[in-house]
Order: sequence, then structure tokens, then C-alpha cells
Amino acid sequence: MRTFELTRATSVEEALDALTAGAQAIAGGTELLNWLKEGIEAPARLVDINRLPLDRIEFADDRVRLGALCRMSDVAAHPELTREFPVLVQSLLRAASPQLRNMATLGGNLMQRTRCPYFRADTGLPCNKRVPGSGCSARHGDTTSAAILGWSDDCVATHPSDLAVALAALDAVVVVRGPEGERRIPATSFHRLPGDEPARHNDLRPDELITAIEVPRGGKRFSHYLKVRERVSYEFAVVSAAAVVEWDGETITRARVALGGVAHRPYRMELVGVPMSRLAEAVRLTRARPLPGNEYKVTLAERAAVRAIKEAMS
Amino acid sequence: MKALTRLDGPAKLTGAARYAADAAAPGTLIAALVPATVPTGRVTSIDTSQVVDATVLTHHDLPRLTPLPSPPLGHSVLPLQDDLVHYEGQPVVMVLADSWQQAREAARQVRVTYDDVRPPLLFGQAEDVVPRSDHLLGEADESTGDLQAGLAAADRIVEATYTTANRHHNPMEPWAVLAEWVDDELVLHASVQAAALTQAVVAELFGLPADAVRVICPFTGGGFGSKGYVWPALPLAAAAARATGQPVKLVLTRAEMFTLSGHQPATRQTITLGATADGRLTAIRHLSSNAAARVDDYAENTTHGTTWLYASPAIHTEMRVQRVDRPQPTPMRAPHEGPGIFPLESAMDELAHELGIDPVELRIRNEPAADPMTGRPFSSRKLVECLREGARRFGWSERDPEPRSMRDGHDLVGWGVAAATMDTFRAPSAARVRVDAAGRVTVETGAQEIGTGLPAMVQAVAAETLGCDAESVQVRHGDPDFPGHGGTMGSMSAMGLGSAVQAAAREVLDKLGANPGDPLADALAAAGLPELTAEGRWAPESSLAAGRSADHSIHTYGAIFVEVRVDEDLGLLRMSRAVGRYAAGRILNPLAAHSQMTGGLVWGYGQAVLEHSVFEPVLGRFLSKNLAGYVVPVNADIRELDVAFVPDDDRLASLVGAKGIGELGAVGVAAAIANAVFHATGRRVRDLPIKIADLL
Repeated sequence: MRTFELTRATSVEEALDALTAGAQAIAGGTELLNWLKEGIEAPARLVDINRLPLDRIEFADDRVRLGALCRMSDVAAHPELTREFPVLVQSLLRAASPQLRNMATLGGNLMQRTRCPYFRADTGLPCNKRVPGSGCSARHGDTTSAAILGWSDDCVATHPSDLAVALAALDAVVVVRGPEGERRIPATSFHRLPGDEPARHNDLRPDELITAIEVPRGGKRFSHYLKVRERVSYEFAVVSAAAVVEWDGETITRARVALGGVAHRPYRMELVGVPMSRLAEAVRLTRARPLPGNEYKVTLAERAAVRAIKEAMS
Repeated sequence: MKALTRLDGPAKLTGAARYAADAAAPGTLIAALVPATVPTGRVTSIDTSQVVDATVLTHHDLPRLTPLPSPPLGHSVLPLQDDLVHYEGQPVVMVLADSWQQAREAARQVRVTYDDVRPPLLFGQAEDVVPRSDHLLGEADESTGDLQAGLAAADRIVEATYTTANRHHNPMEPWAVLAEWVDDELVLHASVQAAALTQAVVAELFGLPADAVRVICPFTGGGFGSKGYVWPALPLAAAAARATGQPVKLVLTRAEMFTLSGHQPATRQTITLGATADGRLTAIRHLSSNAAARVDDYAENTTHGTTWLYASPAIHTEMRVQRVDRPQPTPMRAPHEGPGIFPLESAMDELAHELGIDPVELRIRNEPAADPMTGRPFSSRKLVECLREGARRFGWSERDPEPRSMRDGHDLVGWGVAAATMDTFRAPSAARVRVDAAGRVTVETGAQEIGTGLPAMVQAVAAETLGCDAESVQVRHGDPDFPGHGGTMGSMSAMGLGSAVQAAAREVLDKLGANPGDPLADALAAAGLPELTAEGRWAPESSLAAGRSADHSIHTYGAIFVEVRVDEDLGLLRMSRAVGRYAAGRILNPLAAHSQMTGGLVWGYGQAVLEHSVFEPVLGRFLSKNLAGYVVPVNADIRELDVAFVPDDDRLASLVGAKGIGELGAVGVAAAIANAVFHATGRRVRDLPIKIADLL
């Protein structure tokens, strides 16, 4: 581990100045510290943003605003959020472990990078996400956990966040601040598909900070987050499905479904006017391109989508 | 006997227990290793120009060590002795600095180039060969009766090929060593499973008299086989300390534990069973091959259990290895029968289904009167009792044999059974009992406490023999000045150390002319003694490898019953309950033994459903050298467990009547789960671990 300079910001402006000067932000540290230890990142400057006033949960008529520094465990334990947004709370409770959730923040959760084993290897294997231009070891290696949608020859990684999948189904917005003011990025496009620039993990610029996540309210909606994994707890998803459903008793009038574990961003589907009998057809992943060894993920993701919708309605 | 809580519990819970990495010496240098990034080849250059504040040691700098075979070395290839790379992860440079952080960073700045790098030869691509090493216990091929005649006489034959995965031990504590040369004596604070063996091997490596090496190890933070033999961390730390003249501390990283302390190698096994219509076996054939590093021929001995588990007029087994490019394997809980019983017990279930005979009944019908391969009498064998008692406890008689006959919501429910058995390895042990004028008893042993609760077992045996209160017995362990112990591995400790403690305690009574229960203070006073010490020794009578008996068939047994649930849509497999009944000689501390078997069931669940170390075929390395990529069970995976022992006492196995239990608990679980999966789904899964993709 290399030495680095750590400063503490007490205001958003101060933090943004530090970012502009080349620092990286650190909050809960549950992911950045791993990268430091594994040699994936070696920043010269870190700015601790834990003291910024970004840890509030605010209810407006049309939306809930979640501060970027809210801890996962605090959001997961919030009674009103539990009632109104089961999918959100379930996605948090099924993530990581209680110890990690006590430290990790919502903003930091979105800043995770992939769990691709080649990216996280003990020695720097060729990985375009880790070192641009070095190649993708996974493309022709072990692809069991790789993407089935939206991958490129330069990168087949998936994004690991459970929260991001729930937010995508909820039509949430990621609010960011930079030197030029505020930007609002839909949760469905915050993370980037690799294309030929896999090292651009998301849409956040180096001099920007996530300040909040906004979740729209309203309507009679039912939701559920389903996480499929071989270990019951403390494991990343093989695939996951977040469903937010409106229905009239027979037909799904509208459902927004996001799939996790299938691409480097949540894969969003929208169902309108689908009778229950045609549900399986409606979620078919016709554009899926599985890699050798992960064909099963196509079937699994489709079934997870159906199950999540049904669970939301039950 | 009485259930005793762990003597070592409070020290561990409060952090007072001292582990190897806690040891300190003035002027200690902290070591970090640079691993080879290629699976084969030769080091051509080492660029250290970017290294600051650290000392770099290469194969040019370290003393040459005496070559030794594996075993007793983990791997006969000792790193940093020449420029050859035998496996990815092999240390090619060692860096020493004042802090761990400096050493790691310096190691990262070393640039190594390689030549003669070939694509790795993988398991499945190499030839099956007869292993030539001491890793093979006995003959590679074992045979009795006429196999072809047995198959010809069969009304039904089942034959299938099974695979088991590469697995890693992953003890919580990695290899940790503090090596210090004091004059010509080498002092090692080391995390090992066999301090006495370590002492002897390190002395040979450095050309020292055995008593010039001291291995101090009161506590080891888990081993599961990965610290049984002598692996590179020890000689590297000692050699670096010699080269620099300063104490050197080396603590392996989690990633280094994946290449420098062994693994259970992948196996491929084919079982053929022939049987009459009424379920009498007429022939058993078991062919097995495992992955082995190119040198050393590590043999997993998967076929052994097949030679004694069931009666059959013809049994034929073959044990092979493939010499491939990979780090060296080693025994891992449970070795041999762990991977070996999975195919046999899966095949027995398949046969039961084909014949329409209950799988418990099929096993009981093939209970042998004597060891079917050797004809030796069994020392004690209570498999049938385990099967009957387990079935009763589980409610097995309620089972509808039809696959897919039970459902609960999204889940298909299935019940499965398997037998478990484990070989009995034995090693000499010794212990000393001290009694002071006040009658206080202290037992001293060189053995280390590795997480099994060994000190409480020592208390139990000493107290029973002397007729005193167990809690009043003090136990001191892990010091090289105490009598040596054969190793806390191979499920040998209760037998060896328990017997030695019993012998020492009896010697105390003999010397005093006292009977069990007599007040010792009074006896000492009557004899005019201020204190008394007595040493007890025990050794197996056998000359066979690993102390196995040449006169009796000595093994442990068990029966595992499980209920699984399989979500048919999502391919999710969960074990909702398990019952294990075991026969393993006399149980010296029921509480610790219960914990051992509980842990064994969890470990077996890991083998069945989760544990799989991916060997990357292009790079020729283990892909995920961390606990996020190598998944073991967590509490949430485990529901109802019910384990117990049937009464057993085996004085042919050991003086104290005990046999081994540690490894037995992990055997048979995977087969019981796979058999339950078949009962639930109608799908026979023959490759471990059973994955979502297998069940969709």
C-alpha cells in the first residue's frame, strides 16, 4: 500500500475543490480500501466526505430524497421506506453483511466496480477495466459469472450492486454535483456498458460527487427484490430481479422490472397491459448473448423476473 | 464421559491466546513474497530499480537447503533455490522491510520476466499414471475375487463417472512464522499442525541437529490439513533470517494460502456396481484419478473406502494421478474418503432405486462380516447401528421412494441417505503428568490447540484415570520442551494423545501405589515426595503407512440423512435438515465431539453445494484467491442439524478406546445431499459442487 494524503471535507464545496485538485472521495471505505490493498487503485490524495450533511432522508409529496451518505443499514431499517418501497429495503438487506451495511453508504454502493474475478485478482491480470488496453482475460476465460447482455470484446463484466437494480425499477434519479452545478442522471443509465471504454465504470466525472438519490412516489404499486445466489447470505447475485408492479387483479397494467447480474448496468424492462398468462413470454430476453458456460443465466434471469413480479403481487 | 467446555475458550475469546503472528523479537524484518505470474518457465530477470526502503532476496541470496521429498515437505520444490517456476504463485523474490505495508508495496514494485513459458497442461489432458510417492498409502491397485465373474452374475449393473472439485482449506489464520537464529539454534514461532514433525524436517533442511530447532506453537488458528506438512513459509522465513542475521516474520496473504499450502485436487472417478435382484453386491469396481503437480505424485487415495465398506465377492480398485501444471495438492478435511465416498454412495443410491430396494436396507444387506478386501477382522464396526438409529431419528420410514413425490410451494422436497467411513491413521504421542505437593495435576504436551478443544480432552482423560475433578487439571501445550506429539492432523490426536495421557496418569498411580480417586496430596505425603512427574507414551503397534493396522480393519463409520429443498424454477438447493449418527470409538469429551460432527456436516454441505476453486485454464492458476470468490457456508445456509454417536469403544484402535472423528464428519454428506436431490427432482447430479445450472 502506498502512502497517501487524507483530508476531511466539512462542506460539499470543500469536497468538490479537493476532487478538482485530483483527490478521490472516501466515505464508508468498504470498497475503496479493498482496491487500495489489492493494488487496483493507488490514489495520492483522498478526501473523507463522511462529515458532509448528506445523510438525511426527506419525504416530499412526489419523491423521497435519500442523502448519498445515508448508511445502507439506516435506510434498510426505515419504517416508512419499508412500507412504501419494499424493493428498495429488500435490495439493501440482501446485500453484503450487517457489518458492511453499517459502514457502506448509498452513494458508495453505486460506485462499486465489478466482482469479475479477473478484475479483482491478487496480481494484475490483463483487464481493461483495471488497466485500459491490457486486454480482457475473462472474454475467453472463465465466463460462468459474466454478462449475457451488453458486453463487448473488451469487457464482459457485470455490475454487482443490488441497490442499483432496485433503483432502476423504481425510476430513481442519481443527483450529482460538480464544479458546474447539479446534474440528474436516471438510475438506469448511471452505470455504463463497457463498449470500448470499460474503464469508464459509470457516468460520474472525476470532479463530481453523488449528493442524493431521488425515488419518485405515488400510485398503487407493489414491489419485490429477488436475489438468486448459491449461498443464502453474504454473496453477490448470480442474477437478481427487482419488480415494481401495478395491476388491476387480472392484468399487469404496468410493471417495471430490472435485472441484476446480467450486464454492467441493470437491465430494465417495461411491461404494459400484460395478462398473467403471458407473463413468461413478456420477459423473454430475446437480445441475450450468453457466453460459453453462462447460458443458464438467460433462463435463470427470465424466471427470476417472473418470480419477482409474482412475489410483488402476492 | 462428562461434557467439558473448552479450556482454551476464554483466552481465545479475549484475545489473550498468543498465535504465531503475535510473536515479536527486537529488530524483526517483515517479509513479503513476489509470486510467479506464469504457470511454468524460468526467471530471466528481476528488476528491483523501483524498490525503496526494502531488502530484496532472490535465489542468488538464500542458502541452499537439503533436498527432501514430499511428504514430509508439502511440496518437494522449495522456492528461491533456483530460477525454475513450477507453478503460478511460486515465490520468486522475497522482500524484507520494517513494516508489512512497506514490504507489500516493495514486493509490488519488483518486475520479473520469464522465459520458456508454455501453456499449462490441465487435469483431463494428461495421462493417468500410477502414483510413485509416499502420498500413496499402500498399493495403487487392490483386488479381490473375479470382477468379470461378479459382473456376469449380476442381475443389475450401474456404472457412472463422477467428479469432485478443487477445494482450498482456508483456515482463518494463514501460515505465520517468526524465525530467529539465536547462536546456532533456530527458534520458530510457527502456525503448524505438527510441531514435532516440523522440527525434524526443518533441522534436516538446514543440516542442523534436531535439538537445534525449537518450534513454539501453543495455538494454531485452524489448519484442516494445510499446515500438516512443511510448506514454503517456514524454510523461507528461516533462510531469510539466516541470510540477513535478523529475525524475519512472514505471514502469508489469503491469496498466497491458495498456492503455498496445498489444496484438495479435482478428482474424476468411475464406479461400477453389480448386484443380484435381491440387492446382494456381486462386483464393485472403483477407478479414480486426481490432479497432481508434475513432481511429487500427490495421490488422493479415493479408492480406499471402497475396499472395506461393503461385502462383495469381487472388488477391484485403481488409484491414478495426472501430472499437470498446478500448485501442489495436500490432504484436506476430509481427505481420501471425503471425495472417494461420494461416488460410491451415490452409486449405491442409484442401485437401490434401480432394484426398488430401500437404500438403508440395501446397505444393511451388504454388511460384511470381515474386511472384504483383506479378510482382517473389524476392530469395531457399527455402521448398521448408525443406519438404523439415524433412520429412526430422521423418520425415514415415512419416505415415499418415488422421485418428485414431495412438494412444498415452489420447492421440490427430497430425502437422501449415505454411509460415511474414514480410515484410522495413528501416530505416536507422549505426555507428562506433574503432581505437586498440594495434589494439583498438570499435563504437559507438545501438541498444539488447533480449534478442536484438545486441552479439554486431555483434562477428561487425566481426570478419568486419576479419579479427580476434570476442571482441576491444568493443561500446558505447544512448547518444544514438552513431550512430542505426532501431529494434530489425520484425526489422530484423541487416540494418540489421549492414550499417552492415560498412560502417564496410570504411571502416577503406580508410582504412588494409589488407586483412582485417592487424594493425591495424601499419597505424595505418604510417599515423602514434594512432587511427582510421570511420562506416558503410546504408539500404534503397526508398521503400515500412517500407523494403520496390519491385524485389524480399523475404521470409523456414520450414516447421514438429509432433507433438501430444490426451487425448481430457480435451481436453488437448500438443506432443510440433517441427521448424522456416528460410531467412532469411545467419545472422550461429548461436547467437543458434538461440535466436531456439527462442523463436519457444515463442511460437507460446503463440498456438496458451494466449494469450488476454479482453475483458470488459460492462465494456469487458481482464479479467485479470496473468500469472496471461494464461497464457504454461512450460518444462514444451515438449518436443523442433529448429530450423535452410537456407543462404541475400540481398544484395538488405541489404549484409550478412541478413534478419530474430525474428518469423519465431513464424509458422506455430499452423497446424501446428491441422493436427496435425486429424490426431490429425479435428476442425478454427479459433479460437485451441485450448482444452480445443474438444477434448472
